[in-house]
Amino acid sequence: MNAHDWVQVLFYLAVLLAIALPLGAFIAQVLEGRRHALTPLLGGVERLCYRAAGVDPAREMGWKAYALAMLAFNAIGLVVVYAMQRLQGALPLNPQRLGAVSDHSAFNTAVSFASNTNWQGYGGETTMSMLTQMLGLTVQNFVSAATGIAVLAALIRALSRRSADTVGNFWADLVRSTVHVLLPLSLVLAVMLVSQGVPQSFRAPVAATVLEPATASDGSPVTQQQIVVGPVASQVAIKQLGTNGGGYYNVNSAHPLENPTPFSNLLELLAILLIPAALCFTFGRMVGDPRQGWAVFVAMAVLFVAFLGVTLWAESQPRPALHALGVDAQASESQPGGNTEGKETRFGIVQSALWATATTAASNGSVNSMHDSFSPLGGLAPMALIQLGEVVFGGVGSGLYGMLVFAILTVFMAGLMVGRTPEYLGKKIEAFEMKMASLVVLIPPALVLLGTALAVSVPAGTATLGNPGVHGFSEILYALSSAANNNGSAFAGLGAATPFYDPLLGIAMFFGRYALAVAVLALAGALARKPRVAPGAGTLPTHTPLFVAMLVGVVLVVGALTFVPALALGPIVEHLQLQGAR
Amino acid sequence: MLAALRPALRLFVVLTLLTGALYPLLVTGIAQSVWPHAANGSLIVRDGHVVGSALLGQSFADPAHFWSPPSATARVPYDGAASSGSNQGPSNPALLEAVTSRVSALRAADPGNTAAVPVDLVTASASGLDPHITPAAAEYQVARVARARGMDPDIVRELVAAHTAPRTLQVLGEPRVHVLALNLALDAKAEGR
Repeated sequence: MNAHDWVQVLFYLAVLLAIALPLGAFIAQVLEGRRHALTPLLGGVERLCYRAAGVDPAREMGWKAYALAMLAFNAIGLVVVYAMQRLQGALPLNPQRLGAVSDHSAFNTAVSFASNTNWQGYGGETTMSMLTQMLGLTVQNFVSAATGIAVLAALIRALSRRSADTVGNFWADLVRSTVHVLLPLSLVLAVMLVSQGVPQSFRAPVAATVLEPATASDGSPVTQQQIVVGPVASQVAIKQLGTNGGGYYNVNSAHPLENPTPFSNLLELLAILLIPAALCFTFGRMVGDPRQGWAVFVAMAVLFVAFLGVTLWAESQPRPALHALGVDAQASESQPGGNTEGKETRFGIVQSALWATATTAASNGSVNSMHDSFSPLGGLAPMALIQLGEVVFGGVGSGLYGMLVFAILTVFMAGLMVGRTPEYLGKKIEAFEMKMASLVVLIPPALVLLGTALAVSVPAGTATLGNPGVHGFSEILYALSSAANNNGSAFAGLGAATPFYDPLLGIAMFFGRYALAVAVLALAGALARKPRVAPGAGTLPTHTPLFVAMLVGVVLVVGALTFVPALALGPIVEHLQLQGAR
Repeated sequence: MLAALRPALRLFVVLTLLTGALYPLLVTGIAQSVWPHAANGSLIVRDGHVVGSALLGQSFADPAHFWSPPSATARVPYDGAASSGSNQGPSNPALLEAVTSRVSALRAADPGNTAAVPVDLVTASASGLDPHITPAAAEYQVARVARARGMDPDIVRELVAAHTAPRTLQVLGEPRVHVLALNLALDAKAEGR
């Protein structure tokens, strides 16, 4: 690691903040239904959606009606994506003539894309037709992200309203997020990505005659290389912006056609954290106190930089075992060195570590390097970020509502210490709120740990491991962590497209998303009904450095208490083994 | 739930048309009219034939060509139809075995060269389609390529430099050499073009 590495990191964070600030203010205008810069252009589209659906955007909903609307809409998405995969062989836009996806894989993928996880048990270019990718998966990329923003909007309104029975209108939040935020941003990003070389066409794959015939695994010479194109840029843009992460190609954004240059890498990296970061500032504006948004943002940023430091350091280390084989992995002017297995030359160590951290901090899950081949500690940091509950920026909407639950937990603990009734933004936190908050904090770890325990104890769980020894355990733990927290990245050596893992991970993704969203909406309903009390002498201010430190502490302590034993069995043992083998 | 299904279904149809059809078609329209070359896979055409994509690497084993980073795609190296990394973990013995055999292959093709092998030449890329090597990996191969072609190493080195891209904006990514373009240029020089 050298000074230049940190220049790349600081450059990224500075640009991110510079865009997230104005975007956050813009999203607040959108969610409050006010006029904004894009209203003349897109207001008509928004009204068209309401008219077609026959809904009145001004009609307020209580939390139960809001939750039912959310569930109904998502259920339809699940059914449609499942059906489309099963029937793609008989549907148009399938130049490669790909057949039906298996039932367990189609179930897994349907849940995966509806729940904003975008875990991919399949290889994109070899499994999904253009129609499925576009009309099935790309649509879910938009609406699952919009669902996250909608649930968050309900929670923020609950915090800013007094003695109210309603939390907003789900249809309005869904449509506004999609039409005014996700669509315009995706359009701009997709076009910029095409300029860098990301394909956007409906042509069949092109067969190129290569310079030198390559030797196939059966020894025969292969003189052609298939160049698979498709509507890639449009899908990649929203997969990044919506913290989805499901790529067009098997290796996701490591594929040179999905992420061709360091500049496309910057654009995609910015898109991963952009909306989750911006929503912090949206929150601050909507509750009428921008400092509250900054406090949450700073807590997230502190955790982000700390975990980034671990991965960056670990991946920069040359492996002693390679040195013994006559390999040079020292950083120099002419190579970045370090752990290059599973990394692309154009990204090197820094852009790979930065991406791994961003994609697991946010519940994005796209990759530009193979996490399975990271050093033990380099892979531990991304896994731990997922296990913290996807609250360090986290998913679009879901990250911030998770972090706000942690904020409520923090004021509760602080209240216990000084013996006063805790309150957050003037809302008293009482027994019901704490029950819902506890559900949000406890459900994902329960899914992760019970699922991992099940998978390691049955032959079907260990039959498809990609690596021997403790690293195999890490692959299983990572998979369950990723699914239950709706991240979607993988230690990809694990063969997960099996009749065992597809349903198991599908169930983890389903409850990790919808049980939490409903609990958050119930919490919103309870908070909305409360009056807003004026801050008193015993009120803990929630915009100070002290609160930020406590919030970071609570997130880390809850995560560590839950997962250190499991991590000790995987990456920590592997690290010690490699150290011992020196 | 049932009362919510009707608006949900209608809205689903509208949003599907908007985000699943209109949006990709709009992007395609802009892409195909402004950057048709990029939008169709950045194809390299020589004498009327497609010889590759400017963004995808190819497999090379001839000592007279620069070699790409190892590829872990399953059926054949640099399989454009099924991208893949090795996904071998750091403690996997198979990883060290693979590196050992790659080092041997490089040494066998270039017996006099005792320099340490740059790590990106012996570890598999993430995509299996990485078109680049580091400047260190190119320099390691210059003498071998020059000898196999009967060329002056300094001329080979000049060609390497001409196909080396710096960091974007001096900040982003890593300096890198485009292997396919470099080999095409070497072949063109040999044919006197």
